[in-house]
Amino acid sequence: MSEFFTISVLVATAATGIRLATPFLLAALGETLGQRSGVLNLGVEGVMLLGAFGAYWTTLETDSSTTGILVGIGIGLVMGVIYGIVTIGFKAEQGISGIGIFIFGLGFSDLLFQSQVGTPIPIDRLTELDVPLLSDIKYVGEMFFQQHLLVYVAFLLVPAIWYLINRTTFGLNVRAVGETPEAADSLGVSVERTRFAAIVIANALAGLAGASLALELGIFQQNLTNGHGFIAIALVYFGAWRPSRVMAGALFFGMVSATVLKWKTLGIVSGSAASIVAMSPAVLTIVVLVFVSRRIGAPSALTRPFDRGG
Amino acid sequence: MSMSLKRLVARFAGPAVLIGSVLIAVLIGAIMLLALGANPWTGYKALLSGAFGDAGSLADSALKAMPLLLVGTGISIAFRAGVINIGGEGQIIAGALLSTMTALAFPDLPRFILIPLVLVAGAIGGGIWGGIAGALKAYAGVNEILSTIMLNIIAVQIMNLLLRGPLIDPGEIERGSRIPQTERLTENADFPILPGGTRLHLGVIVAIAAAVVGYILLFRTTQGLRLRAVGHNPHASRYAGMPVKRNVVSALVYSGAFSGMAGVALVFGSLGHRLATDGGATTFTGAAGFNGIVAALFGGLHPLWTIPASFLFGGLLVGANAMQRAVQVPAALILALNGLIVVFVVSSIWIRERLATWASEMRVTDEPPDSASLAPVGDLTPEAPG
Amino acid sequence: MNDLNKGDVMLEMKGITKRFPGVLANYKVDFDVRSGEVHSLLGENGAGKSTLMKVLYGLNKADEGTLEFLGEAVSISSPSDAIEHGIGMIHQHFMLVPTLTVAENVALGLPPVRRFAQDLDPVKDRIRELSEAYRLHMDPDAYIWQLAVGERQRVEIMKAIYRDVSLLVLDEPTAVLTPAEVDDLFVTLRQMTDNGRGLVFISHKLHEVMNLSDRITVLRSGRVSGHTVPAETSREMLAEMMVGREVLLSPNRTEVEVAEERLVIQDLNVLSDRGHSAVTDFNLSVRSGEVLGVAGVSGNGQRELAEAITGLRPVVSGKVTIGGTDTTSLSPKEVRNVGVSYVPEERMRDGAIGDFTVAENLILLNHDAEPISRRGLLQFNEIDRACSDLVSRFTVKTPSLDTPTSSLSGGNIQKLIIARELSSKPKVLIASQPTRGVDIGAAEYIHEVLMTQRADGVAILLISEDLDEIMGLSDRIAVMYEGELMGVTDRAEATVEALGLLMAGVAEEKV
Repeated sequence: MSEFFTISVLVATAATGIRLATPFLLAALGETLGQRSGVLNLGVEGVMLLGAFGAYWTTLETDSSTTGILVGIGIGLVMGVIYGIVTIGFKAEQGISGIGIFIFGLGFSDLLFQSQVGTPIPIDRLTELDVPLLSDIKYVGEMFFQQHLLVYVAFLLVPAIWYLINRTTFGLNVRAVGETPEAADSLGVSVERTRFAAIVIANALAGLAGASLALELGIFQQNLTNGHGFIAIALVYFGAWRPSRVMAGALFFGMVSATVLKWKTLGIVSGSAASIVAMSPAVLTIVVLVFVSRRIGAPSALTRPFDRGG
Repeated sequence: MSMSLKRLVARFAGPAVLIGSVLIAVLIGAIMLLALGANPWTGYKALLSGAFGDAGSLADSALKAMPLLLVGTGISIAFRAGVINIGGEGQIIAGALLSTMTALAFPDLPRFILIPLVLVAGAIGGGIWGGIAGALKAYAGVNEILSTIMLNIIAVQIMNLLLRGPLIDPGEIERGSRIPQTERLTENADFPILPGGTRLHLGVIVAIAAAVVGYILLFRTTQGLRLRAVGHNPHASRYAGMPVKRNVVSALVYSGAFSGMAGVALVFGSLGHRLATDGGATTFTGAAGFNGIVAALFGGLHPLWTIPASFLFGGLLVGANAMQRAVQVPAALILALNGLIVVFVVSSIWIRERLATWASEMRVTDEPPDSASLAPVGDLTPEAPG
Repeated sequence: MNDLNKGDVMLEMKGITKRFPGVLANYKVDFDVRSGEVHSLLGENGAGKSTLMKVLYGLNKADEGTLEFLGEAVSISSPSDAIEHGIGMIHQHFMLVPTLTVAENVALGLPPVRRFAQDLDPVKDRIRELSEAYRLHMDPDAYIWQLAVGERQRVEIMKAIYRDVSLLVLDEPTAVLTPAEVDDLFVTLRQMTDNGRGLVFISHKLHEVMNLSDRITVLRSGRVSGHTVPAETSREMLAEMMVGREVLLSPNRTEVEVAEERLVIQDLNVLSDRGHSAVTDFNLSVRSGEVLGVAGVSGNGQRELAEAITGLRPVVSGKVTIGGTDTTSLSPKEVRNVGVSYVPEERMRDGAIGDFTVAENLILLNHDAEPISRRGLLQFNEIDRACSDLVSRFTVKTPSLDTPTSSLSGGNIQKLIIARELSSKPKVLIASQPTRGVDIGAAEYIHEVLMTQRADGVAILLISEDLDEIMGLSDRIAVMYEGELMGVTDRAEATVEALGLLMAGVAEEKV
């Protein structure tokens, strides 16, 4: 255990934790926006898988991770439009259609992977970008400022999404349609359009989250996300629909995973503990949900399709 | 229950819509096949003959349908009770684990005792796993969609943990290969093969019987009335003196118990007669926990209609492998199409409602109400919507 | 706003016809509003008032008919169109977002001051100005959930004034207000008409319509059944126009011998959902053969009181005794077994399951008792028999026992609930707003049933906001205000004025 508590190991672990938190954070931030507008997207996992495969394959073919990232976002946008048509246009039950999207993403990403790639060929991982000056600060630099592009993007999106929700006209509309869509409608705010925009952005971020996972690992395989998307949804709940708290939750998960990984490499925990590691986010999620779910804070109209009638 | 789930139960998709959903999915599948350079006609022909072509393939389809039907019956109960149970996967595994441990503990019990015993153990295992989510929802307010998904992840890892440790086949340790699987379970617990020369075994009978039991439970018993009442309107149910929380737990326990039995059938009806894992999430279950949702939705959340629906989807899964051999397109195509079918079926409810509205608008007469009918009080006209 | 003179026609709706599946909601309705007037729209539930106004506001699309506003033919297909033309609407249920502030609620839907970012400061300033001018006393930074009902109503008014509407539709705006708040509202509304606005006032409270209106239009079954002005009509005449026949506004009562105390409430304290005190040190008793009316504006603890008695809400302290049994900590089911029935105020939420059939709703209480159920299995022959009997005894009009309950009219659903609740022959009946939102015919019938129960010796706790109902049925009248019992008056001594003061929280000694 003592070898873990050295400053260099702790710093390296923290840096890994921040990196591991990134896909969670990207997906959860999008989901936060979507849920604030009253739409639950359970398909995050499926969209992440599709985004991950898209980014992986594009990078494999073009050798450009930037193109890969853009393709990941693009796939998310397309899935967002589909999900919007299904849940807002057709007013389909959100929980179940989300599971449909998940199953589709699981199957379709696997189908494309098997038919187009076949065996997992590694691709170049995203390279670290050192922030000038800041990255030179001892320890702090290594932790925060020697990360890859999408880490910076994810954490910059936290204040950006906060600002979007709380300080813009669009955000006011989002909060209103997620809470009392009838009120927004009676003042001429289009519930459909507002929710559609929110859900498209949410899915784009889910696609980006998938891309970040694939490019971070430099590989794709069947069910690569392995529950990341579902945990991102849980993060929204225990982040109480606030970007900053969602970030705290994502960081917490990232840190736990990084710590356990480190312990495994240091031989502090045995290899058979892999199962415990793999289930720990799920167990933590349930434990945290037990404590936070009583709190009021969920958008009142979450999962409720809006129907003006007549 | 959310409004939209209520609509789902209230007007379950009619045959036309279901067939339409499949047709659209088939069309999209054909486009995918074309895009992947395969001939859709050849592919689908292989799929159909692989699924329903002869007695052997029909039997395989029925075997594939078995866990879907068991899970689907459980899903019907949960959804109708207003609980969205996504935890079929975990409940299958919990049932498989507990029944496997039972068989390991009592290998010498006679067959006519041991088989019912492992079924009960599986139902208990799945029931507990569902019940955890139920208790979390009822007493701690934890959203069951999230908790059941998390419990899926946890169940897979517990299975991996047990199969790498306490439950591992001692032979694997001796040989040093350490494949995470149990020893071949006692023959006394093997599901007997049905006469007829196919691979059909007792599990198929169990599944059909379970669907009938599920139907009786939902629609013919007081417990079923309570479950459905709580699902449709927990407030009114509480006002009528029903214990709402206990019913939420019951719904998930019943639902999990049916899925748990699917786990039993998958272990004791398997070719290897053992529980094995490769560490992945859906290898052992064959994603039956999710595909069972598809079958249940397709069966209108009605256990009896879920029987043919399961058979259809079981057939598709079996046929997918034949298609893979014929045109070299991965069988994952069918999983992708299943996802689309879920989306189509839930979307179609709105379209159906629209169609119904248009149809009734066509029937509206232009005759104004005559003065004699102006006055009646308490008449039957529903209040105008909106 | 507009350059009409007072009295000029500002809105003209002609030949409006609107069909819903199976219902003709409006048939060739003509309706107009002049500048500076209050034009009341009166009618029973389902008469087509709301539909007509939703057509005006772009929430429903008319099948036929034309709309002229400020002299121009207009077509309004969404609320934004209506708002653009200067038409505002205050809905029966507040259209406010509780988690947003007053300013945010007002700003919602307005074009942003700056291009993208929302700058609320100018909005707040304008709210303060208008608040001053109309004496609305409003803090733009307060959250809606912090506001009392009357204050929320004023936010709705503010939204309309802020948008400078020429025409404002008010759909049952007084339903949740105390008599004093109603008076304040009417002052504000008068101020608005003095400024040349036109108002449409929708209500079924006849005395308010008589008080406020310049003109009155009555709708019945989707058609205009009459126009009048207050000076030329009376409440009785209006009721007759609404129903199409003569109506008994108060039911026949017989003398009933009151007997033992059936329901006794002692020092009861109950919390609301939010954890505040909802019922405070409450004492009351109801005797066999007596109707005790609880008057008060809704939201003053009536719901919590009823739920505490019926075991649906935990009691913090105090005691409830029913027929001599202490039921304070019993479950809802156990309380029912002691002999309590409950007709809850929110019919479709708490009283019936909309998607269940009529039969399933009728057996909700005794579904697990013989002969309806044997060994856990439902006995469908018995169910048919018992339900057919109830349906005919309580004149529930339904095509069949298998009809989904939600397709019945409000009055018939209420009869179904009452049939179910009385089928257990209760000792104590708690009836909350038993006739709210039902047509006058069904209301008369329900009042009759309550009087029969009273004659049979049932102790009835009648909770209602409708003072006419309370005064017509009750033997004694209790008034609730902010969870406290303001006083109990005998029927003979009660006056609307005295009850109104108590309902506003003014205790008698201070008068």
